[in-house]
Amino acid sequence: MPDENYAIDVRGLNKHFGRHHVVRDLALQVRRGEIFGFLGPNGSGKTTSIRMLCGLLVPDSGSGTCLGLDVIRQPQEIKRRVGYMTQRFSLWEDLTIQENLEFIARMYGMKNIKTAVAASLSRLGLSDRRKQLAGQLSGGWKQRLALASCMLHEPELLLLDEPTAGVDPKARRDFWDQIHGLAASGMSVLVSTHYMDEAERCHKLAYIAWGKLLATGTAAEVVAGCGLTAWEVSGSRLSELAAQLRSLAGVDQVTAFGNVLHVVGRDGQKLFEAITPVQESTPHRWQPIEPSLEDAFISLMASADQVFET
Amino acid sequence: MNMGDRFSFSRWWGIVVKEFIQLKRDRLTFAMIVGFPIIQLVLFGFAINSDPRHLPTAVLAADNSPIARSLVRAMENSDYFRVVRQVESEAEADRLLTLGEVQFVLTIPEDFSRKLMRGEHPALLLEADATDPSATGNALSTLSGLGAASVARELGGSLAYLAGKPDPFELRVHRRYNPEGITQYNVVPGLMGVILTMTMVLMTGLAMTRERERGTMENLLATPARPMEVMTGKIVPYILIGLIQVSLILAAARFLFAVPMQGSILLLYATVLLFIAANLMLGMTFSTIARNQLQAMQMTFFFFLPSMLLSGFMFPFRGMPDWAQAVGNLLPLTHFLRLVRGILLKGNGLLEILPHVWPIVLFALVVMSVGLKLYRKTVD
Repeated sequence: MPDENYAIDVRGLNKHFGRHHVVRDLALQVRRGEIFGFLGPNGSGKTTSIRMLCGLLVPDSGSGTCLGLDVIRQPQEIKRRVGYMTQRFSLWEDLTIQENLEFIARMYGMKNIKTAVAASLSRLGLSDRRKQLAGQLSGGWKQRLALASCMLHEPELLLLDEPTAGVDPKARRDFWDQIHGLAASGMSVLVSTHYMDEAERCHKLAYIAWGKLLATGTAAEVVAGCGLTAWEVSGSRLSELAAQLRSLAGVDQVTAFGNVLHVVGRDGQKLFEAITPVQESTPHRWQPIEPSLEDAFISLMASADQVFET
Repeated sequence: MNMGDRFSFSRWWGIVVKEFIQLKRDRLTFAMIVGFPIIQLVLFGFAINSDPRHLPTAVLAADNSPIARSLVRAMENSDYFRVVRQVESEAEADRLLTLGEVQFVLTIPEDFSRKLMRGEHPALLLEADATDPSATGNALSTLSGLGAASVARELGGSLAYLAGKPDPFELRVHRRYNPEGITQYNVVPGLMGVILTMTMVLMTGLAMTRERERGTMENLLATPARPMEVMTGKIVPYILIGLIQVSLILAAARFLFAVPMQGSILLLYATVLLFIAANLMLGMTFSTIARNQLQAMQMTFFFFLPSMLLSGFMFPFRGMPDWAQAVGNLLPLTHFLRLVRGILLKGNGLLEILPHVWPIVLFALVVMSVGLKLYRKTVD
């Protein structure tokens, strides 16, 4: 019996393309009204996972529900109730804004196409430019149009595949405000992204690498789960220091953030032992800090690489 | 793929409308649709000739004398004629010619040898299917010298008195369906098939791969649209384009080249629709296999060249070796050419064209089922 509290509830999803095992035993639970962030390096299987959730791809194995509908047996029903925004702009560039929206509305078999499209255009603030070809829009406007088109049929779940790639910070912020507004009104959202600030705006996160889910939970839970210890170093000639630190056992990551270095280790004791001699011999200021979400992700990615590249 | 879902007319109509809008914006394609037939017509108005041999011939021999037999043998020895049938009646001979099963019918009248011996200068009748004049031209010119030489050999001994005279008999040639042997009569209707093959396969081949190449396919697939709706919806505008092209060519055939139109124009358009459907199905199937527009283009040419060369458009069909004829018989264009020539020049009716209708239907059905199977409902 599907749990009504979950918009997405899947287990053991697998997908192969030829000999490539693209998604391995994916399990995911997204509550209704939740903004769920989906993170991972390029080629980690995020897009494939999203396509399986919206009925575009049939999983090789696994089970589960999307809006209470079976992901294997009811892809057609799922399509009707899910809005999917592709990674690449996938509306028709040789159709006008209005024609694109009308076409999508027809594909979903909507009743009042004219009024729905007009309402969507005015919400977008594009009523005046509705006769403009979609191909002539700037990146930010294309993204807005794409979001409007996948929400035209009033879906209960939005699947957004890197919706803000190549969009300026102002447009990104507007976009996220809109997403939060939608979630507040009950919409469930699964969004994949590479941006840390966006990840931190999600209610919950999942991190996937090499097709495998490595961590899931709130941002704080994901960071805590990695068990990292971090130090911040400030002072002069940081790049030389960074090179020196990287060669030490016990130091897993050294990352420059502007005028400071983040020195991170998976084992706090070992890290302390490794850096103590350096602290004493160089005139830098050292300060223990809370590891950031980015530290956590880089650590996750590195450990995943170690497992899969051997 | 769950095909049980109901076909939605409004979704299908949405796709049709979208295709028309996109077509309207694509000026270059539109220019090609109109320009292609006109340029081809002008270029091919001047035809290509060839020299086919072993043309199937039926003999209606009312007189079975040694002289008549020797004449038939001489014709066969010329390599141009191959006697495939001995027929009993004029009606049967006529039927064979109309169906295109034989190229020639030789009629030897009852009292041919008697009249010949009396020196009465009897007549032989050779009827030729001249729809494709280049196929019959050389055979006919060989025949005029042949008659005298062959009969002369038989006329030894007591009949030697006849040998001295110039032509002991007269050969009457009836060029049926195209009495003046005008090549345009053959080429112009043939062009209709060639142009349809080219544009229909290419256009649809591109239509689907364009969606994939631009990434819009993913969007289309994410909507509840069914494969059947997408495929047929995309085909509709091109059916219309095909009909426009056919009308252009027919108008040119009528007013520019004065090609006679013996048969029913309605029947012609019906066969055109069938042929268009077969080619569109092929284009759709190509586009399900091709990864990008370039590949779709290459596949179209891979199909187009043999169609043009082996269908009887470029070279007379009967001039080709057996294996090439076998390949040619698989191609819809081969049968379409026979249909169009049959209807336009011979005035064929529905019953006479049936043998060339079913191969096209079969081709369309096979190609469509392959296409639907390959249509990537899902994006992998």
